[in-house]
Parts: sequence; C-alpha cells; structure tokens
Amino acid sequence: MQPDPGKNRLVYFDNAATSWPKPAGMIEAMGDYSGMIGGSPGRSGHRRSLDAGRIIMETREALAELFGCDDSLRIAFTKNATEALNMALQGLLHPGDHVIASGMEHNSVMRPLRFLETQGVQISVVSCSGEGLLNPGDVRAAIGPRTRLLVVAHASNVTGTIQPIAALGQIAREHGFLFCLDAAQTAGVLPIHVAEMAIDLLAFSGHKSLFGPQGTGGLYIREGIERQLRPLTMGGTGSRSEFETQPDFMPDKYESGTPNAIGLAGLGAGVRFVLAEGIDAIRRKEEALTERFLNGLASMNGVTMYGPPDAASRTAAVSFDIAGVSPSEAALELDERFGILCRPGLHCAPAAHRTIGTFPQGTIRFGFGYFNTEEEISIGLEAIRSIAPGA
Amino acid sequence: MMETPPYAVFLFPSVSHVLKAEKILKARGTPHKLIPVPRHIGSDCGVCLRVAAEEQEAAAAALQGKVIWERTVLL
Repeated sequence: MQPDPGKNRLVYFDNAATSWPKPAGMIEAMGDYSGMIGGSPGRSGHRRSLDAGRIIMETREALAELFGCDDSLRIAFTKNATEALNMALQGLLHPGDHVIASGMEHNSVMRPLRFLETQGVQISVVSCSGEGLLNPGDVRAAIGPRTRLLVVAHASNVTGTIQPIAALGQIAREHGFLFCLDAAQTAGVLPIHVAEMAIDLLAFSGHKSLFGPQGTGGLYIREGIERQLRPLTMGGTGSRSEFETQPDFMPDKYESGTPNAIGLAGLGAGVRFVLAEGIDAIRRKEEALTERFLNGLASMNGVTMYGPPDAASRTAAVSFDIAGVSPSEAALELDERFGILCRPGLHCAPAAHRTIGTFPQGTIRFGFGYFNTEEEISIGLEAIRSIAPGA
Repeated sequence: MMETPPYAVFLFPSVSHVLKAEKILKARGTPHKLIPVPRHIGSDCGVCLRVAAEEQEAAAAALQGKVIWERTVLL
C-alpha cells in the first residue's frame, strides 16, 4: 500500500498513554457541565453546587459498579493513577517497612519507592520472566517479617503482560500484608473485582480505557485502611469546616480542594460507556485486533516483538523493534509518512525495559484501543513492512 | 399561620454522603429534601436531608448499611 498524505488520515495507536477518540457522551457531559452546572461540588447547598456534587457521585457509583465495590465512597478521586499510587505508597509506608514490587513496574511506582528507600523503607523488586510475567512463587520467597505491602501493575504498559493478580492477592491476604494494584492499563478493559481479587488498594487512571479526560483517576481504599493511610494533601473539603484538622473519613480525607468536577463529569460518561458496551465485548475486540497485529509481525524478518506471543495473555499494548532502525526514528517515520501515532522509547518504565532486555534504547509501542479497526491494523503492518529493511 | 408538619433531618459527615443517601431515597420513592444544615443544629457549611417525621424510621431502614449518618434531629 502506498501512503496517501492527501487523505490526511491519522491512525491513533497511542491508547496505552491516552485513549482517543472518546465516546460522544463524554464530550457532551463535559460541555453540559461547563455550560449548565459550574457550581463547586460539596461546598454549599445551592442547586448548582448540589448538581455538581450529584454528577461526581454518579461517577463514583459507576466506578464502584465496574470494580465490584459495595460502597462508592471507598473511592477517592485523584488527578491520575500516578497520584493515586503516590497516595498509597507514601501514605502507607514508614521507615522499617518492607514492600515488594515486580520487575515490570512503571516509574509511578518505582520513583516513589526509590524515594521511600532513602527514608528507610526496604524494597524487594521481584524479577519477572523475559516476557514480563511475575511468578507468584517468587513473591512468596521475597516475603519478610516486616512486609507491609505488595504493589504490582495489573498489566505492563510496555509489553501488555497480564499478571496473575488473583493469586497475588491471595498471597497478600494469607500473609497479612496489603495488596495494591496499579490498574492504569487495565481498568475498563479487564475484569477487576476488588472483593473477589483481594485488592486492598486499587489505583486507576481515567484517561485511558475508562474514556475520561486527562486529569482524572482515583484510588479505591478498602474499608479500615484509611485509618493507617496518611493523605498526601490536606485542606478544605466542605465538611467539618469548624475544625482545623483533616476529616478522618472517606472520601474527604483524601479529597482536599475543589475537585476536577468537569473532568469527573466526563469520566462518569466514559465509565457508563464501558458498562454499556461491556468489559467482555471491549476485551474481545481489543484482543482480536492485538492477535491480528501479532500474527502480522510474526511473519516479518528483522522485527522483534516483546512480551507474550499470544493475545490472551496480554493487553493491547504491543512493544517491538525493527533491526537497524531506532525506535525514535521509526516513530517519526510512522507519523510523517503514514500518519501513525505511537510511542517510542522507555515509556516511563526503565525497570520493565531492563526485564525484557531493551534498556536503554527502548521499543516502539503500538497501543490499540476499542475504537481502532482491522483496517488500521493492516495499515500499521504495511507501514512497518515498508520501514523495516529486512521485512 | 399555617402549621408546619414535623420533620426529621439526617446529618451526614459530608455532601458525598448526603448525595448518596438522596439517591437511595429517590430510588425508593421516599419524599425528601436537601436543605442547608439549620444553624441551631450544626455550624457546618453543609447540607442535610430532611424527611417527614413519620418517614424517619423507614428512611433510616433504607439507608442502614449503605451510607453512614451522624445523627437525626426532629425539627
């Protein structure tokens, strides 16, 4: 196929960073909020303020339904998964505590952990296989007398590798430490049930597979954990205003300052879209697109794919490289010649790239999403074939 | 002067709690209204949920286990 710049068509393969396009309802919800609501939620009793609060409450309820959480007030909103993970890690871990992480973690986990290490927190990073898979037996072997927390990315943002989280949650429960799941790559695309999977803390981002806007995310906190989790930020909550001390209840303890209400209006519409389409249908489509792409890549000489070879063991984020072409050169060519938007480099996850052997050069990542088509996968494969010298 | 029917108000820890309670009562069809917390009850800037006094028990039963409240006051 010859590239046709005249069509000016873009193929968006950067959904693992931010999903695009968004459902029509998400854009409408944000427009409606901006045009018709505008009040400060939870800050006064007038109708616009209450309407703003109701919209945020509906977003919380939709997320609680998606994550199998009985009480929507167990979810505190944040600006993204990074902030939620920082809240969990910095709020929970004290000098002398021991924390276990996998060798596939994003810097949203590794950077706070490396900081906490300088404060006296002990860290074990459990190695994963070359495909990025964490063996629960290796996690057991890393447990120590002061293990307080296990933190794991549900799926890698580099290779898409899905971790055996039910087994990991079980290990944490058996040994009496907490399990924090980083669901940045999976919320909205893989089933997550906080009770059934023994998840104590669940960090999610709103702008990826939940189809919200950037600047939205949150942390689910299992009942009782708020008593040991210090908030990162304190301030006005609209509640208990007569006291100068931070409220001790959910979600106010972790939601100081006026929230991103317009963003949460959009996130609510995004989550309702996910609930209406169904996680299974979303997963089936993304898995089929990924499988098509993996099959196409497998037949190309000089192209190396990383992570599990079968689509069922991974999400729709696929890392690969082309012999003789650096990831950044390839990405530029894909953009300029073919209108394909992807992400090259280390994807903020140097640990994961070390695990799969692509540090420091990184890889090219195609992050497929629910709105991509088979035709776009074919365009992607053709483009790679024309860039790869040996294919 | 018109006689005011007796009311009961539920006081919650935050507006998030009030709005969750409102959703539960709305779904159940219990008449209710969100009003600013009366000055003589609390000094907070928030809102509370008002129901007819005769609905107080039924409302409490509907909210029980789903959302916590701090106390109820008869107006």
